[in-house]
Amino acid sequence: MNKKMSNVQLLHRNYLKSLKIEKRWVMLYQIIIFLIFFGSWELFAQKQWIDPLIFSSPSKILELLITKIQDGSLLTNLGVTLTETVFGFILGTLLGTLLAAILWWSPMISKVLDPYLVILNAMPKVALGPVLIVAMGPGYPSIIAMGAIISVIITTIVVYTSFKEVDPNYLKVLQTFGATRYECFKEAILPASFPTIISTLKVNVGLSWVGVIVGEFLVSSKGLGYMIIYGFQVFNFTLVFLSLLVIAVFATIMYQLVDLLEKKLIKE
Amino acid sequence: MSFLKVQDIHHTYFTKASATTALSNISFTVEEGEFVSLLGPSGCGKTTLLSIISSLLKATEGSVLLKNKPVSTSKNEIGYMLQQDYLFPWKTIEENILLGLKLSKRLNTKTKTYALNLLKQMGLNGGVEKQLPKQLSGGMRQRVALVRTLATEPKLLMLDEPFSALDYQTKLKLEDLVSHTLKEFHKTAILVTHDIGEAIAMSDRVFLLSTRPGTIHKIFEIPDVLRNLSPFEVRNHEAYPAVFQAIWKELESLEQENE
Repeated sequence: MNKKMSNVQLLHRNYLKSLKIEKRWVMLYQIIIFLIFFGSWELFAQKQWIDPLIFSSPSKILELLITKIQDGSLLTNLGVTLTETVFGFILGTLLGTLLAAILWWSPMISKVLDPYLVILNAMPKVALGPVLIVAMGPGYPSIIAMGAIISVIITTIVVYTSFKEVDPNYLKVLQTFGATRYECFKEAILPASFPTIISTLKVNVGLSWVGVIVGEFLVSSKGLGYMIIYGFQVFNFTLVFLSLLVIAVFATIMYQLVDLLEKKLIKE
Repeated sequence: MSFLKVQDIHHTYFTKASATTALSNISFTVEEGEFVSLLGPSGCGKTTLLSIISSLLKATEGSVLLKNKPVSTSKNEIGYMLQQDYLFPWKTIEENILLGLKLSKRLNTKTKTYALNLLKQMGLNGGVEKQLPKQLSGGMRQRVALVRTLATEPKLLMLDEPFSALDYQTKLKLEDLVSHTLKEFHKTAILVTHDIGEAIAMSDRVFLLSTRPGTIHKIFEIPDVLRNLSPFEVRNHEAYPAVFQAIWKELESLEQENE
């Protein structure tokens, strides 16, 4: 019996070990891809196989990164863009969920608004940018509005669909206890849709970045989007790539934070 | 005066393509403390009838009186148990069983203790109340669902095939538990089932429903010798096969009529 036990334990240990080894290999390949990409970029630029004016090079970008950090302009611009994105993204998700709740509340409103939602969803929202900037002024409010407007309709549609898909038997349980429509929403519809709402958050992180960057293109006064458009206008592509890399890093961090939130909220 | 009086219920479902009459000319009475089963093939409108009695659905015609008052005015007098437990997966067992009390704004120390005691009586103790439904087995979850239904102290219980999703052994055990609990608290109950054995084992009377439209085809009185036994004992009693055969024959003849 004891021998059998130790045998099972041994097998389990081997299994865990093989998992660990696999994980290490995956990481190794990831690092290799990273090194090859930036290494060959640097090499090609040094050897002038690619036009260093257009494609810049990792070393120049790093150099610029250090100067921009030292003169403080990167942090200011990053701060602006981050603030706008976070607010736009939260606003878009909240408004979208609120709209979805209204549609769920009144089947009549949802029927009436259905074609308009389809049109609004199909329309490229960034095209509204010029109108927003003129209406709200070139500053935080209009850019946050851009970040929000780009995600609000798709959030509404996705969350409303998930509201409708909640098992009606949960509502039946609540109705047998005499629950009102508001109580049904609070006790069953909303909590049952939390996983969907969180997964729309993940989509909205990406969308809000698009909205905010385009907004900054248009306003052209500060932010990472402004850095990109400025770099483009003075033909400083090192600046463009620097902004792009910074955006990539911070968009990933935001995505990971939402992922963390998901794991916290949905205990499974 | 009867405890529950169902009068001339007709119900028709309307869709774009058709109007389907689900129930027609249903009248019966149930006395306090009685256990009645509605037995019939699927699609005979059993669940529709339960929904109408518990005023979740308004009948096209007819009325349902509970202690001489329309059911729509008697809130929290009727408890409903579904085919599956439908415990809210994000709520703990305690939150689940207190849900009815919370919604009817009757949650206080006394009612809470009552609900938690019920849980213990159902053989669920040892910290179960802090767990989530998914940590429990199917039979345990259905027992929690029963506690949730009983916690608001309803006078009348609707059991909509509550054992159909369970394995056979669990089902037999739960039948005994439910039957014992309802007798102890002197509750009136209406059970919907398609299981003849279950109907005989648990009830005082069995209503056989015919299908399309659903009407009461025949009422079987369960012999007195079986009424006071537990469901498990009924299934093993010598009088049981005769009742089973009688109901079986009647169901067969119903099927032939339809063909």
